[in-house]
Amino acid sequence: MAASILRRSLLTPRCRAGDVAALHSGPSRRRAQAPGPIASGRRAANSPAGERGVAPWVAVVGLEIHAQISSNSKLFSGSQVQFAAPPNSLVSFFDASLPGTLPALNRRCVEAAVMTGLALNCSINKKSLFDRKHYFYADLPAGYQITQQRLPVAVNGSLSYSLCVGRKKNQMVTRTVRIKQIQLEQDSGKSLHDDIRSQTLIDLNRAGVGLMEVVMEPEMSSGEEAAAAVRELQLILQTLGSSQAIMAEGQLRVDANVSVHHPGEAYGVRTEVKNINSARFLARAIDYEIQRQIKELENGGTVMNETRAFDFKLGCTIPMRDKEGKQDYRFMPEPNLPPLILYDTKSLPANTNHQQVVNIDWIRERLPDLPSVRRVKLVEQYGILPEHSFTLLNEDGLMEFFESVVRQTQMNPKKVIGWILNDMLGYLKQHNLKVKESPVSSLFLADLLNLLERGTISSSAAKQVMEIKKGNQKVLNKLIGLVQRTTRGRVDPVLVKQILEKRLSQ
Amino acid sequence: MRKSGGGRMWILRFGRYIRGAPSGGASYWGGLSPGRRFTQAAAGGSDGRQDAAGDPRRRGRVYQNPTWQHVEQRPLPEKKVTVEVFDHLERLALVDFRNWEGVQRLEKAIQFADQLHAVNTEGVEPMDSVLEDRCLYLREDNITEGNCSEELLRNARETVEEYFIAPPGNIPLPKLEERDTFLQVSE
Repeated sequence: MAASILRRSLLTPRCRAGDVAALHSGPSRRRAQAPGPIASGRRAANSPAGERGVAPWVAVVGLEIHAQISSNSKLFSGSQVQFAAPPNSLVSFFDASLPGTLPALNRRCVEAAVMTGLALNCSINKKSLFDRKHYFYADLPAGYQITQQRLPVAVNGSLSYSLCVGRKKNQMVTRTVRIKQIQLEQDSGKSLHDDIRSQTLIDLNRAGVGLMEVVMEPEMSSGEEAAAAVRELQLILQTLGSSQAIMAEGQLRVDANVSVHHPGEAYGVRTEVKNINSARFLARAIDYEIQRQIKELENGGTVMNETRAFDFKLGCTIPMRDKEGKQDYRFMPEPNLPPLILYDTKSLPANTNHQQVVNIDWIRERLPDLPSVRRVKLVEQYGILPEHSFTLLNEDGLMEFFESVVRQTQMNPKKVIGWILNDMLGYLKQHNLKVKESPVSSLFLADLLNLLERGTISSSAAKQVMEIKKGNQKVLNKLIGLVQRTTRGRVDPVLVKQILEKRLSQ
Repeated sequence: MRKSGGGRMWILRFGRYIRGAPSGGASYWGGLSPGRRFTQAAAGGSDGRQDAAGDPRRRGRVYQNPTWQHVEQRPLPEKKVTVEVFDHLERLALVDFRNWEGVQRLEKAIQFADQLHAVNTEGVEPMDSVLEDRCLYLREDNITEGNCSEELLRNARETVEEYFIAPPGNIPLPKLEERDTFLQVSE
């Protein structure tokens, strides 16, 4: 086993512990990883010590997240931002990189980036610069992407997320990951590969859309942590409104940098995993990659510094053909854009055009309650458990549903939450429904719970009604049977069914 | 600023147009002897710069009385550019140096730019854009462009159903040993 450790090539230079400044290595996009503090609480992922006499492995996961800014027009041009549209219909001359066109920065995108930076506890750079990152690809018509590599809008923040640990997954712990920077950049177009005719179809509708790149420090150690962090970031972005962050529509893209090493030794070679379409696949992709690297190293092989794509059908990562080795992006300052200056109330010069100025303090005052704050408020207001508030906020619309029921019922919120989480949510999940699509309305549930509170009906009866409402025909027939028995068969069953259905649909 | 008209070269120097003698390889510096290096000190540069961006009277103004400082000309070390670097450049920028003349032109260009090293820049913040004192214009988030797919597609040689057509993925340049290039002749 020692041989495999020796053969492991160290492409990432060593950094002194805590020497975060050394991370920024000039033109290369491959940043060196800083050794985060290996906390005593962090258990070795995946390979328990003592198995085959191998020392435990620790995985290091760093995320680069691209969130599409929710705005009407693109970052540097006035063409519309829309998900599904006829190909090349939302493209301006600048997006197509026709000669003679110049970028004009969208104010809303700057505000979105500042909001996100403030929500993630970053320090906002009052002066930030734009750069060009050059590489050739058919969906990048200009041959370069305008980004902020030298001096981004926001730096040095943190994101706190919770996840369930323990064998029974019932213990909630809070972890924090540091945010290295948040920068504004352009999106590229979309390419559809036609392998049959050996060509690529290019659609530039997405080219030029504003993105916020959130770069996290490599401080996570499993797919689960990464998925929890991404979920929390998604909630924050949706609450702020700076991005709708729907992964399925490509509004939130996550690239994971994964490497493994033995605790106490230098970091291993990292690979980049791309093409992850949902939070669930993110956890699986990272876990698969960790396992693959461990197996590779334990069998005496080496891990190559490459980019891999996640194939969700096979559940594995495969090397990407198109990415050539180490890229030199030839960063250069964007000559067409002056520095972006942001102000706060102290530095705001007098007699300035309100439209031309972005005031950080003004934005900070108008930040909505972040998910973490809303969870605390829910716990305080209704006396529910933190785990419950976590679930309430995790499901789109569930919190509003819960509050609406509580408003209309006399039942104690602590009991209401049980009905919501156990009966309602379980059912919705089983049938893959969103809260909006629930057959049970909040009014109906509130009425039902009121009846239960007053003792008019029993708990089991209430559960049966819920079943019927959800469309369980068997229980409806059972009720009809009951009615028949009580009326000793003197009632027309069809009429009974009609009346019952009418009452239940109210 | 150089305006060419009718075979004569007009060189803007010291704020006035001066007719310069047409010469085949005339450089930007016009009649100045090639041995004289000069620097322009930050000549009381605040006037005209602090004005509000877009003041039409000041935009494009050249200092009437620049001050020149003579700088001792030190012979600069001649840096040889290696074959690996040329290969790297060909791969990155997709240029073809084609022959040794192209290589020499690049080396001359590097030497020309290296003249900047003769200037003492201690304590001077690097400028990366002449726009650094301009205000970055912030556009309102309105939809003002788009819907011109027909015009855009007209530029392309091949299109399919409103999509542009491109070759399937990047075809990386073959390695130096496998390419047919003059660079292979080892120096």
